[in-house]
Amino acid sequence: MSSKKFMFVNRKAPYGTVYALESLEVVLISAAFDQDVSLAFIDDGVYQITNGQDTTGIGQKNFSKAYKALGDYDISKLYVEKESLAERGLTQDDLMDLVWEDEDDDWAEKSSIILVSREEMAAVMAEQEVTLSF
Amino acid sequence: MAMLHIVNKSPFEKVTFDSCLGHASAGDSILMIEDAAVGAIDGTAFADKLKAAMADKSIYVLAGDLTARGLSEDRIIDGIKTVDYAGFVDLTADNETTQSWL
Repeated sequence: MSSKKFMFVNRKAPYGTVYALESLEVVLISAAFDQDVSLAFIDDGVYQITNGQDTTGIGQKNFSKAYKALGDYDISKLYVEKESLAERGLTQDDLMDLVWEDEDDDWAEKSSIILVSREEMAAVMAEQEVTLSF
Repeated sequence: MAMLHIVNKSPFEKVTFDSCLGHASAGDSILMIEDAAVGAIDGTAFADKLKAAMADKSIYVLAGDLTARGLSEDRIIDGIKTVDYAGFVDLTADNETTQSWL
């Protein structure tokens, strides 16, 4: 099977609806199929990867730590839109430190988060062969 | 009659919150729960609208929904009060009526 460029577009905050968790599950499944997977976090999707999520007050499972495992599944391209962060009063400092290990560079730990402008995000989206939106 | 308006949609995603602000009367209370909690943060594209509403309305946010989304209480707009579930119950009891903006 040839590899295709897959993008998962995340546009919703976690916990209020089930979209974020469903997306994460499909992303993890897709990793088993050896595809070229990218994730986009735009609009309220940026809240999915904020640092310090604590769900004890709402009685739901905190699944944010699962994003830290994506690097181990060779999912290392997490595009985050700058404008979406700014509109919400957020910066990259508010996001989890998500990394992957580069086997071609002595397993150096590198950031998976790629901050892009809306215009750059549009260009990345235009390159995709399969786009799944959540 | 004072009314409690309960909003659960993000102001960045839906027009629900805007519609609530447009229909709430002076003296009413507005409680942000679930995805609406993100609207309580200062320095956002929505903050000025909420600050304007605070001139004659009381604004509350459910604390557990803030922290679930990685947002600490010290980042909310000055004057917005945080409540827990018991506080949510008190608000419904203290107002004659409630309206949920779904």
